[in-house]
Amino acid sequence: MGPQHPSTHGVFRMNVALDGETIVKLQPVFGYLHRNHEKLGENTGYLQSMPYTDRLDYLCAMTNNWAYALSVEKLAGFEVPERAEYLRIIMGELTRLVNHLCLVGFLFNDLGTSFTPLLYAFREREKILDLFEALSGSRMMVNYQRFGGCRVDPTPEWLDAVRAIVDRFPRFLDEYETMLTGNEILLARTQGVGPLSPELAINAGLTGPVLRATGVDYDIRKVDRYGIYDRFDFRVPLGDHGDTYDRYMLRILEMRETLKILQQALRDIPAGDIIAPKAKSRGLRPPAGEAYGRIEGPKGEIGFYLISDGSAQPYRYRVRPPSFVNLTVLEDMCIGTTIADAVVILGSIDIVLGEVDR
Amino acid sequence: MSSTAELLDHLRARFPDATLELVENPGPAAQHGLRLDHTSARLIATYLREDPAWQLDYCSNVSGVDWIDREETEKVTTTVTAEDGSTAEKVEKVTRTIPGYFEVVYHLYSMARKTSEPVILRLRTANRTDDTVVPSLTPVWRSCEFQEREVYDLYGVSFTDHPDLRRILMWDEFKDHPMRKDYVEPDDYEYEPTPHATVLERAAKHYPPASPAEEGSQS
Amino acid sequence: MLGSGIIKGLAVTAKNFFGTYTKPEECMTTVSYPEEQAPIGEHYRSFPFLVCDDEEKPFDTMRCVSCTICEKECPPQCIYIVKSKDKKPDHVGKPQFYPVVFDIDTSVCMSCGICAEVCPFESIKMDKDFEIAATNRFEGLMLHRDTLLKPNSHYQKIRPTDAAVSDANLAQQKEAAAKKAAAAEAKKAAAAKAAAEAKKAETAEAPRADADKSSSSDA
Repeated sequence: MGPQHPSTHGVFRMNVALDGETIVKLQPVFGYLHRNHEKLGENTGYLQSMPYTDRLDYLCAMTNNWAYALSVEKLAGFEVPERAEYLRIIMGELTRLVNHLCLVGFLFNDLGTSFTPLLYAFREREKILDLFEALSGSRMMVNYQRFGGCRVDPTPEWLDAVRAIVDRFPRFLDEYETMLTGNEILLARTQGVGPLSPELAINAGLTGPVLRATGVDYDIRKVDRYGIYDRFDFRVPLGDHGDTYDRYMLRILEMRETLKILQQALRDIPAGDIIAPKAKSRGLRPPAGEAYGRIEGPKGEIGFYLISDGSAQPYRYRVRPPSFVNLTVLEDMCIGTTIADAVVILGSIDIVLGEVDR
Repeated sequence: MSSTAELLDHLRARFPDATLELVENPGPAAQHGLRLDHTSARLIATYLREDPAWQLDYCSNVSGVDWIDREETEKVTTTVTAEDGSTAEKVEKVTRTIPGYFEVVYHLYSMARKTSEPVILRLRTANRTDDTVVPSLTPVWRSCEFQEREVYDLYGVSFTDHPDLRRILMWDEFKDHPMRKDYVEPDDYEYEPTPHATVLERAAKHYPPASPAEEGSQS
Repeated sequence: MLGSGIIKGLAVTAKNFFGTYTKPEECMTTVSYPEEQAPIGEHYRSFPFLVCDDEEKPFDTMRCVSCTICEKECPPQCIYIVKSKDKKPDHVGKPQFYPVVFDIDTSVCMSCGICAEVCPFESIKMDKDFEIAATNRFEGLMLHRDTLLKPNSHYQKIRPTDAAVSDANLAQQKEAAAKKAAAAEAKKAAAAKAAAEAKKAETAEAPRADADKSSSSDA
């Protein structure tokens, strides 16, 4: 199957061995979008890699930026001012909304609904992307975070616009769920499809909603408490069966929790600097050493492992891509199901090939 | 430091035969590593996963690192006894070449204990040329499967007992390992008018100036 | 009842469909592009341009001093600068180099805005024009210095807030330069005066000392 993905997630091929319509063996084939991102990172300065991280998982540029900035801050020992921390959380959670909306929309496309749920999701996503554009200059390739802070300070009007969207969003989610969640076709196609045991999920290093759908309570926002996530009151939704329906439902629930975080962040955001005065972006030469920084991206743990030898370019620049590792168990989930279900299972893992192939 | 050092002491007591080494990280992050030898690596990894005190059930990140040959200059002080019996200290600069190697770095966390600092395991190959083998940890953590394949693909490190060691990002017919520091890009230049000096140099190499005889035959 | 979920969903789509007629301000979210344009934010960026102060004399009032910071920092390396041999006065009247060649390859540029961010001379800024096309893949997408030069009034039009900040910066620099020049002038004048006075003092020393006394008592 492929290399054109059935719902245009990217170029991805699956070698599938079939018995009738049942899958007996499945091998994913990657690399069609391979740009050797890591080599690029080793041959450019630290700041110059920042716009390239936008292009890893192009739906979640803000969280990629954040993970990279966090790793460099660990490597160089920079502090982040309070306002920038709040801004990062606002951007990160808005990105989570954008990503989950895309996922749910595309999942329904994989199920065969021709575009109606996707366009409803995109209608709301567009409003958030407009905000990103108004702030950072670009809808998706935001290039917003800097080492030790953020690049642009939002105006009060911009924050009010976010508040308006956050206030409206639950209404949209209710409408969306009325339209979809009770739908009998959805239930028939997703319940019990592609179940995954928590033991295998942990051993295979799954992270993010795919892991939590199996009932494992592991959210890096709660575990690492990076940034200032310990100040926020939110729940981590968990699934029960680890099947496709749980993965879908988990994203809807996560969006509701995200709105809670956003409301608190928008209520509490202080005035102040957005970038640490000591931090330096251009011509950065961190001391020799290494650092691994990770955050809970919308798709799972996104981390950057950097080794510095004291020069202006990282000696080693490694991306830990959540989509790539989450694909490890694709075969285990698909064996015994039919071809049509494999498409839905792949959709529910939520991959972006820009990140898988790098 | 403390937790890695503690872990090291604990492992030394538990596995007296294994050769273990603390790899210090001088940077502000202070994430220190633990170097394992090939024979006991899988044993120790299984122990770390199963032992209730550690429960490192989650292997987050596997990265290859290419450490090229590097030179280290050291000041060596020797005492020279002169003919008259007096001794003088002589300082000499000695340059040694430390041969390069590949390193595979594993970042481990515990999902059961919810640890937020990684435990870092490091495996090293003997050299960068012919003996680039390390034991695979995929039998211990499934999450290493694709990432070790990636290290094999981009660095050329072979993993023994890996269930499916094939290229993953580059195509199967590809020969070299592009993430190695000494990788030379292939000459796949395509004509494109650009003012960049580096591109022009490549263009000149790719399209060597035609000899007059050839030009004559073309016209 | 089987099918009630589907009917509920269809009710939502029907409501939205009829809503586009009855409540267009709420349910219509699309804009038919070439006839209408959605508003774009002030920070929106497409490709870089160079700022000059006077539209009539773009070359003379060009702010770029060809320091090549943007060329070095550009992640995809799409900027190409050749520095001049001679100098021309910049906005404060100080002689500076200028770019003989300043090319931006927009087929490579990824609109990240780092060049505008790192420029210390308020010279390279991001444009907002997105309706751009070229008939030639190579030369058509290569923008040269004279096409890139746009007046400051254009910048003030597309980004009023940022332009105000940069204008204030430049005005401050100009003022500082003027002050410095004035100070230098005054110093020169003072030196000349002092020299003249010293000459005078040589001839008549006593009355000058008196004058000093009176002035200090006044204070």
